[in-house]
Parts: sequence; C-alpha cells; structure tokens
Amino acid sequence: MKTGSIDSIESFGLVDGPGIRTVVFLTGCKLRCKYCHNPEMWKMGKPNYTPEELAQRIIRNKPYFRRNNGGVTFSGGEPLLQSEFLIEVCKILKNENIHITLDTAGVGNGNYKELLSYVDLVLLDIKHITKEGYKDLTGQEMSSFLEFVEALNKSGKSVWIRQVILPGMMDNDDYLKGLNEILKKINHIDKIEFLPYHTMGKEKYEKLNIPYPLENMEAYDKEKCQKLYQKFMENYYGKN
Amino acid sequence: MREEWKNFKEGKWCEEINVSNFIKENYKGYEGDESFLASKTEKTGKVWSKCEELLKEELKKHVLDIDTDHMSGINAYEAGYIDKENEVIVGLQTDAPLKRIVNPYGGIRMVYQELDAYGYKLNPTVDKYFNEFRKTHNQGVFDAYTEDIRIARHVGLLTGLPDAYGRGRIIGDYRRIALYGIDYLMEQKKKDWDNLTGPMDEELIHLREDVSVQYRALDEIKKMASKYGYDISKPATNAKEAVQWLYFGYLAAIKENNGAAMSLGRVDAFLDIYFERDLENGTLTEQEVQELIDQFVIKLRIARHLRTPDYDELFSGDPTWVTCSIGGVTEEEKKSMVTKTSYRILHTLTNLDPAPEPNMTVLWSENLPESFKKYCAKMSIKTDSIQYENDDVMRPIYGDDYAIACCVSAMREGKDMQFFGARCNLAKALLYSMNGGIDEVKNQLVVPGFEKMTDEVLDYEKVKASYWKMLEKVAEIYSNAMNIIHYMHDKYAYEAGQMALHDTNVNRLMAYGVAGLSVVADSLSAIKYAKVKPIRNEEGIAIDFEIEGDFPKYGNDDDRVDDIAKEVLDKIYKELASHKCYRNAHPTLSVLTITSNVVYGSKTGATPDGRKAGVPFAPGANPMHGRDASGAVASLNSVAKLKYAECCRDGISNTFSIVPNSLGHSEEEQVENLVTLLDGYFVQGAHHLNVNVLNRETLIDAMNNPEKYPLLTIRVSGYAVRFNRLTRKQQEEVISRTFHESL
Repeated sequence: MKTGSIDSIESFGLVDGPGIRTVVFLTGCKLRCKYCHNPEMWKMGKPNYTPEELAQRIIRNKPYFRRNNGGVTFSGGEPLLQSEFLIEVCKILKNENIHITLDTAGVGNGNYKELLSYVDLVLLDIKHITKEGYKDLTGQEMSSFLEFVEALNKSGKSVWIRQVILPGMMDNDDYLKGLNEILKKINHIDKIEFLPYHTMGKEKYEKLNIPYPLENMEAYDKEKCQKLYQKFMENYYGKN
Repeated sequence: MREEWKNFKEGKWCEEINVSNFIKENYKGYEGDESFLASKTEKTGKVWSKCEELLKEELKKHVLDIDTDHMSGINAYEAGYIDKENEVIVGLQTDAPLKRIVNPYGGIRMVYQELDAYGYKLNPTVDKYFNEFRKTHNQGVFDAYTEDIRIARHVGLLTGLPDAYGRGRIIGDYRRIALYGIDYLMEQKKKDWDNLTGPMDEELIHLREDVSVQYRALDEIKKMASKYGYDISKPATNAKEAVQWLYFGYLAAIKENNGAAMSLGRVDAFLDIYFERDLENGTLTEQEVQELIDQFVIKLRIARHLRTPDYDELFSGDPTWVTCSIGGVTEEEKKSMVTKTSYRILHTLTNLDPAPEPNMTVLWSENLPESFKKYCAKMSIKTDSIQYENDDVMRPIYGDDYAIACCVSAMREGKDMQFFGARCNLAKALLYSMNGGIDEVKNQLVVPGFEKMTDEVLDYEKVKASYWKMLEKVAEIYSNAMNIIHYMHDKYAYEAGQMALHDTNVNRLMAYGVAGLSVVADSLSAIKYAKVKPIRNEEGIAIDFEIEGDFPKYGNDDDRVDDIAKEVLDKIYKELASHKCYRNAHPTLSVLTITSNVVYGSKTGATPDGRKAGVPFAPGANPMHGRDASGAVASLNSVAKLKYAECCRDGISNTFSIVPNSLGHSEEEQVENLVTLLDGYFVQGAHHLNVNVLNRETLIDAMNNPEKYPLLTIRVSGYAVRFNRLTRKQQEEVISRTFHESL
C-alpha cells in the first residue's frame, strides 16, 4: 500500500483556505525558497501514515467543517511530491464530502490530473514573475511551475493566489505589472492574497544548523502590505 | 383564572406548582438579532456609578464592611439601599451595600478567622450564643469524622469539602414566588405536611421537620419583603413585580446561606413572558425593560459572602457563582427557548461593563437561532465573560427546565438539589498506589494495605492494578466523608428558604468530583508508552521521575491516552457509585477544579508525566498546559471524548484560551469561526467550554500593571473573575496555560 510522510497536523488552521481547516504538512520539497519558514520539511521523511489513517484523522474533525466550507488543506513541504498517496486519501475524503484544498507551489513530479480532480481549491504560491528571479529565489527553474499551471487550468478548479512580499523585491510597480501578466495565464482565480514576509522561520534554521539566507532582511510591514495589495488590485490586476 | 395571570395562556400550571409548564405555554421565542437592545437609563447609570465607587473602595480594603451584630437569616437585617430614589429593584443582603453577613451556622471558628483577617470582632452576645448554646455544622462533622477522613483531608487527598462553610449549589426555584405568591406556596407546603403520614421512621420524621421549617422560611421571606414595602403574598401583577418578587427569593437565599455557589437559575424565558405582556399593554418600554434587567443584575453583582484568606486562595476574586442559565431548547420539539430577555441579560455586559457575576451560562444547542449564536460569540470575544454548556447532552437527562448551579452542575429547577462534594485528588492517589499509601509530601500513612513499589522501571499493568485498588479505597473514604457532611449540614445549617422553593419530594444528587485528570492520564500514558524510572528517597517514596522516550499526551486527540482518561473516570465513578448515599441521593461526578488546581498542584509531589512537585494541575478536564500541541480542535476533541451521560453528570469543565488574531482577521470572521468551533465541539457530545479570547501579552501586562486593566475579566474554570483579583500564583498559572493560535 502507498504510504505517506507527514511532518505534522495542525487541527485548527484558519488561514489556509476557507473556514476551519485541518492542515496536513507533508514532507519533501524541491524548492529552497530563501524565505521558507518550514525548512524542516524540505527532506522527504519516512512514511508514517497509510491513506486510511490520515483520512481518519481528518474525518475526525468533520464537525468543525460544516460551516463556511471548512475542510482539509494539504500543505508542506510540497504536497505534489506525494500525489499518489494523496489521491488515495482524497478518495476516502470525497466519500465523506470533505472540502479539499491543496496548498502548493506547483513543483511536483507531473501527472497532476487525477489529484486535481479531487481537489476543490488550490492555493497557488507565485514565487517570482521572472525566470531569473524564480531561479534565484527558489533554486529551481520556473518551467515545472508553468507545467502545473497548465494542468490546473485544464482542471477548471478554483484558485487562490498567494504572493509573499519581500521588501525591495516585490514592492515595486514593475513587479506588480509582471505579476498581473503571470496571473493572466491562470484561469479561475477567485482570490488573491499578499503575505508579508516574516522572520518567524529564522529560529528553525538555527536549530537545523542551516545558514539563514535572508539574514539582513527585515519583516515586511503588514499595513504596507495591505496598501500594496490595494494598489495592485486597483491599478494592475485585470488591466491589459 | 386569577386576576394577576390575565392574558396568560392557561395550562397545568394553573392547578399545580409548575413553572416549566407556564413557560412553555406562554413564552415567545425570538429569532432576530440584537438591534432592538436599549442602552442603560439615567437611573441605572446613577445606581451603577455609586456601586463602582464602593467597589473601588472594597478592592482596596478587600472587605468593605461586616455586620457583626446580627447572624445570617432571611429576615435578620433592616432594609438597605444603594441609591433609594434611583433603584427600581430593591433589596440588599444587609442594611448597606457590600456589607457582609456573619454566618456562624457552618462553623464558628471559621467566623473568627474571617473577622480576624479584617480586624473585626463579633458582638459578644452572638459570640456567647454560638459558643455556649448552639452547635454548628462544623462541630457536628468533626464529631462524626473517622480518623481516615481526617487524614485524607489533612494531606489534601480530599480538599475543599463543605465541612466548615455552606455547601451551596442549591438553586431555589425563585420564579415560583413571582408566579404564585408566597401564600399559595405556603398552602401547598401545609398540604404536603398533612399528607406526610405513616409509620414514623427516621426518613419521614426528617421530611416532616424539613417541611415545617420550609413553611416558616416562606413566611420569613414575606416579612423580609415587607421591610422594603412590598407584599409578596400574592402573585406578581406586572413585570417589575415579577423581577422584584423573584429577586426577593434569591435575596432570601443569600441572606440565609453562604454556600460557595449561590446560583440564580434559569429566568430568561420566564421573565420575558412578563415583559412581553407589559410591552403589549403599553405599560413598559424597551428602555424600561432593560432598566429592570440592568438593575436586577447590579444587585446580583454586589452579592457577597465573608470568606477566610485560605478560602480566597482556593477560589479567588470573591466568586459567588450567581450562575444565570440562558437559552436552551425545548424537550419535545427542540424549539429554541431564546427570548429577547436572553439578549437583555447578556447586554448588561455592555451596559454595565464586563463583570464576572452573574456567571453568564449559555445553554448551547445546535438548534439555537443563528443570530443568537453569533451574538454570544461576539460578546465572548468582547468580554471573556461567558461560559457555554451543551443543552443537547443535558436536556435528555434533565429535561428543559434545568439550570446550572456553580459552574457545570445541572439540576431541574425546584425538583433536584445537590449535596456538593468538592473533589478528590486523583494524581495524589496515583502516587499513593506506588508509595504504599504514604503521602509523598507529608510522609504520613494515608491509605494502609499497599506495598511500596521497588521496580526500577514502572510497569504499567502493575501500577494500574494498584491504582485501581487505591481508587476503591479513596472512594470509600470520600463517600463516608460526604455522607457525614451532608447529614450534619441538613441538621445544623439547613437551607430552609431555598428548599421551600423546591418540591417536597425532592430528588437529591450526591455530587462527587475529581481533580488532576490530565496529570493522571499523561502519567499512565508515560508509564505505558515510555520508560518511567522513579527516583526514591531513603524511605522508598518516589519523589521524582525520570522519563525516557516520548509518550502520547492527553489533548492531542490521540485515543491511546484519551482512552486512559476515560477509563480512569469510569473506574472512579463506578467505585463512588457503589456506596450508599445519605438520603438516597444519586451519585454524580464532575471534572472541575475551579481555581483550586493551583492549590492541588502545590500539595502534590512530582508525577510520572514529568510534572514537577508543586506545579499546578491543569484546571478541570483541561489538557496540561502546553502539552496540547496539535491545535485547538485536537485539544477540544480530546476533552469531548469524556462521557457526560455515562459517568460525569455533574459536568466536565474545559477552559479555552485563544488569541484574537488566530480566530480571524475581521470581527465578522472571528464571530463566525468561534460559532463554528462551539458547534463542532458540542455536536460531539462535549459538555462545557469557557471561552477566553485574549493575548498572553495582555495578561502579563495586566499582572504587572493592574491599574491599567481594572475591568479585565477572564474565565478561569467554571467562573469568571476580574484578573486583578487573582493571586499572583493564579495569575501566573493562567498565563502559563495554552493559548491556541492558528498557524
């Protein structure tokens, strides 16, 4: 049987999709984003859950899902790296009518069609708008991401865009303009979220003995971030 | 039909004392939102600001004043006022606001300690009377206590027993006075008394005596009310009288008794019927209705009892548990019993600022109207002053006219009473089962017949077998103590006024309790799933433990340990229930500590879960601080597994703190998510939840700068308290609790 590797499960997630969500953090990620706040999940861990076991943990929280489309969010790490396992989990969850959200940067091993067929919502992380910027920030080529976008468009599933705002990198007009161009390539966008860069991951790097790549960068101000978002929505988003 | 009942729909209630039937025939449910609510009137403002001044002074002196010339009694004091011309509801415990009563019936030594603490002296006549002629409850208890009970009490295996103060937790059906008037209630008691015939065995003699005393107490209530210029012999004719009559009933209770918890009952739908009638008649406006409720609540807020400093350490902040049960649904059709008055009562938290009393208790049901659920959540977020209890698990047992006494104790109004029994320390009992029954702190033999364990690594099956045997012994001692206490309480400090507002053939509940559940569950889990090595002193008593490896911890929705918690409760309940109770009471059990979890912890040595000696327990059924690491939902799910109907019919208390931002960004989101959380928790059969929405930083700041937060109110365990009235140790414990954040 296919088994999965789970780092942890947060039973009370309110920021990764609608309603109250059980957030499952799957291990393994190809990207090495400089601002990553879950570096402990980069490496693929040992399998520790069968699909049935994980599904039962999620179904247990069903009483909290009834209002506002609450449900499960698969996050990580990069959940797409364990898509075969997730497909088995989703099959069980769909029998229980549980709302499934996939929180992804779109960099897996291909073959996304079946998994996406079970998913209700995709939280798509836009790392960067240019090939160079993407490579610099994540250490990987942008092509995998674009491949996922294609599959996502075909699936017709609802998408929430997430853009982390790093000071000096994303808070300028050129970037916002470029972001709009990228978003034009994605269908069914229902929501866009700007997330201010925070330094809360820093401690984890110290514990893991990994040098923190953004040592001198300060957290991005929440209010500034909100203003930047408004600016984007008013002046750029949806414009030609 | 009687003139006073004009425009009410007739029913069984016209032929017999049956308030429940009156409510169901007459109340009008309300499905709308809070937009109709009125602000406080000028009169209320004046009365309340006078109280605020007095409360400030009281905070400084701790006790504002004590009446040392009189002894507690329904009609022992002259009329007293706060601000006579602006008070629309009248009646104080003594002749002045916040002036406390001396109640020697529970125990005279306690009274000396209380008076000493505040520099008062008892009037010599009273003193002489109680020393020479009148025996107290406390003396009675100690005349009968066995040696093993005394020891169990001394070491803190049993704590908080009501053997020197009033047992409380009795709710008179105060509504009866408003609906029927005192004369009819007296007639009915007389009838009951006439019918109590047959062979005069102890039980029957006892009951006949009770009813006589109750009859006289009713007369006393009438006389007390007349001092305020009211004749309450007949039913209330309008809403103002209904509130006033009802309050006189409650006032009689707190003049006569000083029980730890003196709860109000369930009055929202009842009073609403009177308000609706007067609003329809055009004799009242919404503003005036709110004025009646506000002023009624002011009176409830200034109820006081005289306590010793020791008592305050156990239950901080002068709690009186004027628990006010709100909402719920009907038994047959599951129709909401929320009325506009449910809103009006909660609205006092806005009109008069947040406050701990009355202890606002919402009887939550899936079937409550959506807008009411949201209003409650909104008020919780704003005031941290509300507790929630699951009507859907209590109603099948107690019907739809029950109310909550104290924190979590349900009883049918006027039909059930309880013998309050504080609690036994489950964690200590676990240590005894390894240490040959010897107390790990006092080094004294408490429970004979056990061997000291000598194993290097504790063996789960062996520990469990010994613990089970220990629980059998503990239950026996505990049950004996309870029977003695309540026999003597009935004899020397009987609550005549409150019991007069019950049916004569009342159903009695023997309310046992436990503390330290999460410590025991985690300890047994550690022994089972990790390697636990006791560190023993020279006498072979385990004084600390070394744990190798990880183990499942209660509060993470992990059956491996949650099942242990369930099993322990099941076992102790079965053992307690195997003993015969005084006056054929039915045994019940609560998992509730109130704030005594701090004191319990300080009296208990290190435990096998890694908790160090003296560290506070988690309150009630809460997971231990910081060990519920899988998020709020998992933490709630663990507690929700404990079985209310099967073994904990006296309640399972859970206190929950969440950081505001984690609940959502906007107020609307926060409200929505809190409602979802409550629904999700209760739909699984969970019983109780205290909700605090606040930041740890706020509490730390309030601890260091109390003057900045005079109104900061938080829910502790089963009651709410002004944060600045907790002891430093308790404040620290509250701060160390898990504050749930979402990631």
